[in-house]
Amino acid sequence: MAKDMNKDNSKSQPTLLERGFASIKQNGQAGHQIAGPESLPLKMEVKDLDFYYGKFHALHSINMGIPEKRVTAIIGPSGCGKSTLIRCFNRIYELYPKQRATGEIILDGRNILDPKEDVNLLRAQVGMVFQKPTPFPMSVYENIAFGVRLYENLSRQEMDERVEWALKKSALWKEVKDKLNQIGTALSGGQQQRLCIARAIAVKPEVVLLDEPCSALDPISTAKVEELIDELSDDYTIIIVTHNMQQAARVSDFTAFMYLGKLIEFDSTDKMFTNPKRKETEDYITGRFG
Amino acid sequence: MNGLRNINVSLYRKRRIVNFLILTCSILTTLFGLFWLVWLLATLFFHGFKYLDLSVFTQPTPPPGESGGLANAIAGSVLITLMGVLLGAPVGVLAGTFLSEYAIRSRIAPVIRFVNDVLLSAPSIILGVFVYEIVVVPTGHFSGWAGSLALALIALPIIVRTTEDMLKLVPNTVREAACALGAPRWKVTVSIVYRAARAGILTGVLLAIARISGETAPLLFTALNNQFWSSSLNEPVANLPVVIFQFAMSPYEDWQNLAWAGALLITISVLMLNIIVRTFLRTGK
Amino acid sequence: MIRSGTKGRILDIIFANGTRICALLVFLIIVAIMVSLLAGAWPALKKFGPSFIISSQWNPVTEQFGALVAIYGTVVTSIIAMLIGVPVSFGIAIFITELCPVWLKQPIATAIELLAAIPSIIYGMWGLFVFAPFFGDHIEPWISDTLGRLPVIGPLFSGPPLGIGVLTAGIILGIMVIPFMASVFRDLFEVVPSVLKESAYGIGATTWEVIKKIVLPYTKVGVVGAIMLGLGRALGETMAVTFVIGNADRLETSLLMPGNTISSSLANQFTEAVGEIYTSSLIALGLILFLLTFMVLALAKYLLIRLTLKEGVRT
Repeated sequence: MAKDMNKDNSKSQPTLLERGFASIKQNGQAGHQIAGPESLPLKMEVKDLDFYYGKFHALHSINMGIPEKRVTAIIGPSGCGKSTLIRCFNRIYELYPKQRATGEIILDGRNILDPKEDVNLLRAQVGMVFQKPTPFPMSVYENIAFGVRLYENLSRQEMDERVEWALKKSALWKEVKDKLNQIGTALSGGQQQRLCIARAIAVKPEVVLLDEPCSALDPISTAKVEELIDELSDDYTIIIVTHNMQQAARVSDFTAFMYLGKLIEFDSTDKMFTNPKRKETEDYITGRFG
Repeated sequence: MNGLRNINVSLYRKRRIVNFLILTCSILTTLFGLFWLVWLLATLFFHGFKYLDLSVFTQPTPPPGESGGLANAIAGSVLITLMGVLLGAPVGVLAGTFLSEYAIRSRIAPVIRFVNDVLLSAPSIILGVFVYEIVVVPTGHFSGWAGSLALALIALPIIVRTTEDMLKLVPNTVREAACALGAPRWKVTVSIVYRAARAGILTGVLLAIARISGETAPLLFTALNNQFWSSSLNEPVANLPVVIFQFAMSPYEDWQNLAWAGALLITISVLMLNIIVRTFLRTGK
Repeated sequence: MIRSGTKGRILDIIFANGTRICALLVFLIIVAIMVSLLAGAWPALKKFGPSFIISSQWNPVTEQFGALVAIYGTVVTSIIAMLIGVPVSFGIAIFITELCPVWLKQPIATAIELLAAIPSIIYGMWGLFVFAPFFGDHIEPWISDTLGRLPVIGPLFSGPPLGIGVLTAGIILGIMVIPFMASVFRDLFEVVPSVLKESAYGIGATTWEVIKKIVLPYTKVGVVGAIMLGLGRALGETMAVTFVIGNADRLETSLLMPGNTISSSLANQFTEAVGEIYTSSLIALGLILFLLTFMVLALAKYLLIRLTLKEGVRT
């Protein structure tokens, strides 16, 4: 893994990746809670990723590494391409014509942008939660069981356990255990979003993508979701897109700052918010634009 | 207009008068339009209920001068209409699915949409002639099946259109969420999108039933009519609209009275279907 | 833990192609209709040539057929229907959206929509038994006494008060399209954002000015489409016309005289037609009707596309 990175570094000169992990290394040596890159295996690697909406060039050669079982936040002003980037990680953009990505995204050693990659299996491995809660028009129980049934044959008993597990994991169990047969759309907004998180993790993915998961939620629900993200990072690699810098600072281990379709800076969250290297990052964080 | 300078009083008065005249016209046209429609319904209910009795539902259509009912025509109508929907609905729903779910990458979609509109606006009597040409002429006889097919051709474009519209109302985020779980596209469509649009699709089918249950013209050359009970859809089948047409145009008063009763029955069932659709849509949401 | 995705992929292909085939079926049906109408009409078209369209002869005994009477009847009844239907539906839609007290709004709108669903045979039957006798006894004598005496348009309105005839058929058609067009107009007018209307009222515009300057420009695309749809319905309508038009195959100047439309000729004569040329001529009439409604629809679509394109450029 480290070899790969070196190769990558030598190729493009001022890589953000290099700079990012150099700082992580320093932090690690300084006894910071985040470990250095040697002990920090990467779950995903983005190499020279370009993205186009028709003729519009939305992402410009993005290079970054996503550390395993950590929370990586992507921040930046509206329209900077952060949602576009996260939508490449499970190729959900393919639902629409005229959207295409070039370059590589390596997940567990294979390039997921390869046309031969089975997108359905990929999406079972890389779960996603969207900006607005998207409960399916069925009961709470069925909402969670739907995804699980796609790839596993579970007995009724096992399925009950799985649903309970997912709901507990997403801190929703206590609130809904008596209304599992109620339709999912009848829950409150915050509950719906946690239901969607439960649905995503019930499939037992390895990576969870969160695309502004709290933007439609009230502060209390937001706090609950953030707590949840923190807990989930023990088991999952999490990538979260957010326009809320405080949120990025609160929940993430690493932060990537994007601007105008480019990755400007990628660093440990602490570093990024206390001592950004690039002028643009500093301006954004201190609220001078965006 | 004290205190308000620069106001052209005569212009303002003119505007007021124009407005008054046009709004009066609007009210008058409303009364004019409603007058005919109320008159129509009043006579229909008056004559219809007068001749609507139990024998209408129990006796078959009589020869002139004898008493009888409409039982065989009612049964035939229900059967032909049901078969028509069973033929048209699956094709219509799938074609609508194609337009809504798969066609964004397809260049044939606009063509299909246009062609569907052509079929939707095609005069129903033309569809009757078409089915006559391709079914009645080759088989050598009129049949209930031919009638059902003609009705299916009327129901089809309605169902295609409503299915597409209703599926498009399902937000894309729901599709994305299901795909993001790794569900294959057909599964997303069948178990998520259809479920979300269930009420709408059913509405389309019910509206199509309401529409074809009163259709007369395409049945004239396909199902024809039958004075007796039909044993199968493979022979001419009595049906309400054609019976009403023949009886109303006949010189026999008994027949004309039965035609009124039949007309009332059709109107009531079509109105009931529409009311069901409405309440259904309201509670389904 | 993960089952192979091959099965899902195969089902995906099956389902996608299944829907595609059904969509193509719609296309094939239209092609088949065209082909079968052309094939059926061919003997008549071959025998009479282009003069089929301009000949007013319709004689089953001598087997001389021409479409002019039926085309004339179809077009004239539809024009009468539009002359009555468009303004009245328009007035009703304005009344419902702008003038009506709130408590009456929903009931009237629902009633109009329900009336639009009533099968056309009911209109035809009512026309035959109720409207035509009334019209013949009370209105037509008056029409031929007044309008019939006028120069130029006089001949259109003179003749014996028969009750049934082209004018009666056109009026019944008009009454039939009123609920349909009124409910489409109403739907369109309801779509206009209330903010737009409020801001126009806010600068002192009268209700009519708001309708003329805000509502109509905002909805003109739909209004054109709705009128075209109504026209298409009137052209192809069979049952509302067949009862009251009189089924006469002679060309008459007077609108009070009986006539025929394409669809009523078909309804009255198709099953009784004997001989290849008679049947074929009727199918040729059907072909003309199909092309007529097709052209109306195509024209509507073309106008809509042009209107939306213009909007797109301007904004």
